[in-house]
Amino acid sequence: MGTRIIGKRERRVDILGKLTGLAKFAADYNAGHQLYGKVLRAKHPHARILHIDTSKAKMLDGVEAVLTAQDIPGEKVMGIVIKNQAILAFDKVRYLGDGVALVAARTKDVAEEALSLIRVDYEPLPVVSDPEEALKPDAPKIHGNDNAFVHHKVRKGDMEKGFAQADFVIERKFRTPCIEHSYIEPEAVLAEPAEHGGVLITGSVQNLFSSRRSVAAALKLDLNRVQIIQATLGGSFGGKDEVMTSMCCRAALLALATGKPVKMVNSREESMLESYKRHPYVLYYKWGAKKDGSITAMQCKCIADGGAYSSMSPFVTWRSVVQATGPYYCENVKTDVHAAYTNNNYTGAMRGFGSPQVNFAIESMMDELAEKVGKDPLQIRLQNGFKTGAVTATGQKLTHNVSLLEVLTKAADAGDFLAKWKKYRSAPDAPKKRGIGLACSYRGVSLGAEGVDAAGTIVSVQTDGSVIVSSGITDMGQGAQTQMSQIAAEVLGISMSRIRFMNTNTSRVPDSGPTVASRGTIMGGSAAKKAAEIVRETLLGVGAEMGRLTPDQCDLVDDFLVEKATGKRLASFAELAAACFASGKPMYGLGWYKAPHTSWHEDEGTGDAYFTFVYGANVAEVEVDTETGKVDVINFVTCHDVGKAINRNTILGQFYGGVAMGIGYGLLEEFDYEDSVPKQLNFDEYLIATSMDVPPIKAIVVENEDAAGPFGAKSIGEPTTELAAPAIGNAIRNAIGRRVFEIPATLERVLLGHKLSRKGERGSARKEIMAVDSCKLGRGAQ
Amino acid sequence: MNKQITLTINGEARAVEVGPTDILLDVLREKLGIKSPKIGCERGDCGACTVLLDGKSVRSCLILAIEADGHKITTLEGLSRNGLTPLQESFLKHSSFQCGFCAPGIVLSATELLAKHPHPSEEEIKESISGNLCRCTGYKPIIEAIAAVSNARRKSV
Repeated sequence: MGTRIIGKRERRVDILGKLTGLAKFAADYNAGHQLYGKVLRAKHPHARILHIDTSKAKMLDGVEAVLTAQDIPGEKVMGIVIKNQAILAFDKVRYLGDGVALVAARTKDVAEEALSLIRVDYEPLPVVSDPEEALKPDAPKIHGNDNAFVHHKVRKGDMEKGFAQADFVIERKFRTPCIEHSYIEPEAVLAEPAEHGGVLITGSVQNLFSSRRSVAAALKLDLNRVQIIQATLGGSFGGKDEVMTSMCCRAALLALATGKPVKMVNSREESMLESYKRHPYVLYYKWGAKKDGSITAMQCKCIADGGAYSSMSPFVTWRSVVQATGPYYCENVKTDVHAAYTNNNYTGAMRGFGSPQVNFAIESMMDELAEKVGKDPLQIRLQNGFKTGAVTATGQKLTHNVSLLEVLTKAADAGDFLAKWKKYRSAPDAPKKRGIGLACSYRGVSLGAEGVDAAGTIVSVQTDGSVIVSSGITDMGQGAQTQMSQIAAEVLGISMSRIRFMNTNTSRVPDSGPTVASRGTIMGGSAAKKAAEIVRETLLGVGAEMGRLTPDQCDLVDDFLVEKATGKRLASFAELAAACFASGKPMYGLGWYKAPHTSWHEDEGTGDAYFTFVYGANVAEVEVDTETGKVDVINFVTCHDVGKAINRNTILGQFYGGVAMGIGYGLLEEFDYEDSVPKQLNFDEYLIATSMDVPPIKAIVVENEDAAGPFGAKSIGEPTTELAAPAIGNAIRNAIGRRVFEIPATLERVLLGHKLSRKGERGSARKEIMAVDSCKLGRGAQ
Repeated sequence: MNKQITLTINGEARAVEVGPTDILLDVLREKLGIKSPKIGCERGDCGACTVLLDGKSVRSCLILAIEADGHKITTLEGLSRNGLTPLQESFLKHSSFQCGFCAPGIVLSATELLAKHPHPSEEEIKESISGNLCRCTGYKPIIEAIAAVSNARRKSV
């Protein structure tokens, strides 16, 4: 199908204000006579709350409200899957980020002083900070009687038979780190009492509808009395979900308690202390294989650190269990993924959502297998990799175009992989050695069998021919607004300059679920296409009357109504819009898209988990300093099948940004604790990739259009970041002949094979825990 | 004790009363309504608060407002008072930014670079923005847009 706007490098619809300083992020909003809200956080990672005395704080001049959990009129706990996260802790604190009390005051300084006047008596409890420790019977319990709260499994074939058929077994243990999202914009909201009851919240919220549900439940309000408007969002990466929900609830509580607008902004330290993270995993992989390189059995056990609350752990670990054996043929599979509560930060959604962890293990294992049977990493993957029609570990038959071999071959060719791999492998010892590594993956698109998967987008043509688009799918920088606009423009035959995209407002667009799982383009875009088609049909009807033609003889092209056969221009788009309005016809369309069927059988561990999949491959070339263990990535190839590139600019933005984040995962980033006390709370100690850390990147966009997506488009946000770490790990192995089994591949892990750090005593054995010094929490920016 | 200071902000003289420990970033955002410098880390690590002080890029979170007394400050708001600069145009064309929270800082860092070195090497470009953290873009679309300005200048000479 020929397209005019789709596939073009159209300018982002949200870029101009970001370049002139006019873009308004949440912390840029103020209301007259607003109060400043602050949170008193836990003093211990695990303690019983005996008593909270707020009387002194309440008496401080300038303080307008001091609230604790007992002031919450409705539900005191939130949670999307398991409701166990307190908006304000009342029985226990379970990690250092827990909020215990709230203050609203006329100035920030007074608010902070008031926090210091709140007295909380605690009974410190034993702490558990290691998920494997947490699963032991004598471990301190975080919730109820069991720290184990998720166990997903996949079962296929007969493991005994699989291992019996094997010529050899490879058994390895891997560890992946806890990761901070590191959106550069810290969390912020402004909550205002609404004119006719309820509350209006403007904030840096990713998933507005789930936040709205919790605010309504906490405040005992109908959903229509809680309006959340998304401010231009300064990055999210899955991170501005529950942490924003609790901030919205807290600010709304204060606003309704005082009857005044309340602004809350986290400092970076507060943000890192409180916000949830990407799950650290311990992964035990055991594969049986034959001498020819075929795999007869794959057994995997993963333990995820769920932290203090359930959050999205049940879903994150479900994606892990589905994808834990990668895009490889194997008749006998047994996978178990567990999540355990600890006193660390709770862990939830982060770009990748359960795939970066398992991909590191799978792709490291694949290279170990290649080594064992004397094949090269490309050969072993081409031999074992899925082709169209393959049946996955969960028993799902892949009927779409399975392009794994295509992306692998293209990435390997572009990186000159084989020649370099052979050369580096036999290079003599030297202070600096180079290596090259390959990794690939398949990834289920959108939510899959996690839950209801539907979204709505609205296209509204104005009487002058300009167009307003809005959606329940949100933009956090990834470009969803631009893709949806392009799709609407394509269908309406108009230029992008006609379109304004409105930030999401929960009271004006339909609940479209969360903007997660790389579902923005495929779901929001499909809905945008439907919405535009509804409007197009009306416009063509009016246009046909104007030109005394039938609607199917007309078309909308380059901002004109034209006669299809001759291309003759009958009216400008603006004239057509005016005529449509004059005829009393609706110029408004709500497109609703529901994803194709998926299924899951939790007991059997089988199902058609996702309605389609995407495929990607990365090649990383590194230079390792063999004296210090320092690893530099010097070249990178990223290749992904995106279905159809709606916009090359936004696609490439995802490619490059995903690689940079993946390099951080492989080499730099680790949110580390000692007995559940975070060791880093700002960017001086939590290191993300700078411009100096990102190598030249070759990006290869593969397009195999998929019937499930708008104009054939699929997903790209998360696949781009889930492969760099194993590619780097394999490159290090190629360079120095040793593998890192734990990431990030810091100097000591590369050189010594393990982390250099004091081994904290087992947390449960310790009584006194050093709490985070409150002065480390920053000034509390506004 | 509070003190009245005078700043030339984006070409306009502004008098403002500040306390001895007031941070320039807070004075810009809260007292002068200039919101483009962003608060990201408050310790000079992320670069989101970058402004130009007499043409030199500084972290406004690390500078006391009184230190800026009598000096010229340029923020993102001031760059485009006479239309977008070629650098802004280039960022626009390349759609270099995603969430855009780092943009105010990066645009100013790159503005300083191009003022000093009209034709920087790629290494110089990378170094000029190495103090500005961006979590979205992988920096490449930003670097390409800066290089494109330099290349366009070369062609027009």
